[in-house]
Amino acid sequence: MNLITPDSGLVVWMTIIFAIVFFILAKFGFPVITSMVKKRNDKINDSLAAARLAEEKLASLAQEQQELLEKARVEQAALLKEAAAARDNLIAQAKEQAREEADKIIQNAKLEIAAEREDALKDVRRQVAEISLDVAEKVIRKTLDGGSEQAELVDRLVDEVTRTRLNS
Amino acid sequence: MKRLLYILLFILALPLGAVAQEGEDLNMQEFIFGHIADSHEWHITEINGKEISIPLPCIVFDNGVHVFMSNKMEEHGYTLNENGKMVNKVTGKRPFDMSITKNVLGLMIDSLILVVLILLCARWYRKHDVLKETPTGIAALLEPVIMMINDDVIKDAVGPKHEKFAPYLLTVFFFILINNLMGIVPFFPGGANITGNIAVTMVLALFTFLMVNLFGNKHYYKDIFWPDVPLFLKAIPIMPTIEVVGTLTKPLSLMIRLFANMLAGHIMILCAVGVIFLTAKMGPVINGSLSIVAVLFGIFLNCLELLVAFIQAYVFTMLSALFIGMAHKEPVEED
Repeated sequence: MNLITPDSGLVVWMTIIFAIVFFILAKFGFPVITSMVKKRNDKINDSLAAARLAEEKLASLAQEQQELLEKARVEQAALLKEAAAARDNLIAQAKEQAREEADKIIQNAKLEIAAEREDALKDVRRQVAEISLDVAEKVIRKTLDGGSEQAELVDRLVDEVTRTRLNS
Repeated sequence: MKRLLYILLFILALPLGAVAQEGEDLNMQEFIFGHIADSHEWHITEINGKEISIPLPCIVFDNGVHVFMSNKMEEHGYTLNENGKMVNKVTGKRPFDMSITKNVLGLMIDSLILVVLILLCARWYRKHDVLKETPTGIAALLEPVIMMINDDVIKDAVGPKHEKFAPYLLTVFFFILINNLMGIVPFFPGGANITGNIAVTMVLALFTFLMVNLFGNKHYYKDIFWPDVPLFLKAIPIMPTIEVVGTLTKPLSLMIRLFANMLAGHIMILCAVGVIFLTAKMGPVINGSLSIVAVLFGIFLNCLELLVAFIQAYVFTMLSALFIGMAHKEPVEED
């Protein structure tokens, strides 16, 4: 049958043509295309992987940030608490000190007052004594001019003085 | 819209019938085999009984090389026998015929188209930074097909060594595809029944046979000549014989499958068209109505052939890839 007997001339031509086509395409055609597409696919895969990595990193960063914030908040609270305690402490101490100081001052003042009073009393006593001496002098001068009544008064006064002297 | 289509079909069918009516009875066998067989001239049409065809160069090795155009064949002492083959007019013997026949010219044209297409595509990739641009033009058209064959067929079937064989398998796929598609085109650059010619499919199958057997690994050859079967099966070489025959039938099946499918497709379309001319003598009513049916059926068959053109190229490539993959299978460790 004509149809199923391969024609030798066509076989030769077909071999030549196919070999040439194969050579050209296998050398300059398909490897270029497939390698380029492979390159692009690799790049896409790499980019996707990188994107996923970045996403993960971002997520972990956010987590870290959250943790940091939490920590800062806790620290802040602790600091505030500490500061409040320190302040209270300081105030208490200051109060204590102030009270002590005040006590001391009051004490001193009391002592001083007492001393002043003593001094004043002494002064008064001295002045009284001087005045009495003056009075007595004057009285004596008068009575020395006067009579017996004066002498009596002097006696009495002397008595009184001596008595107070003895008592005190 | 639908009605318009019917009217259009009718108008298309009428002149066909009219033309057919003028001629004598159609010899269906001659009509079909004239279209699917190889020939020394590229027949285009026939107007008023005058053949219009492109003469093709004949190259004959018969006591030296003779080169002449096919329309000058008789002057150079050669004639066509009843099968359309060239024979020596005196001796009646067939010389070694290296003529550029219709199929050879078709192969050349289709190959040129294919090479130009693929190289243009490759050029796009050379000229552009693939990491920054998406393919445009021819690259955008071909890349999905190339990558589909490369990733889905070749990578899966061949296995780890696929990169070595991908260029061959891709070439086979696109070579068959373009020849199949051009075979459907009914006028000059196409229309040659190339992949429906057994010489063409034989060479393709031979290339696959070589690809499989030249690069087969040790395990592959051991499985053929000394398989793991009881000794008496390989001492009298029963299994080796079967295996060797098996290696031959694989490419043989590839050859027959592609050849038969494409041939059948061409014959079916020709039959559908032939109906128009066959019924020409039966009067305008039958002829007209059957012409419409024939045209519709022709459209359907052409669509089917488009599908078959792709499927056959795909199947040939896939099976070639599978055979190559089988020749590279690493031995399975048995417990």
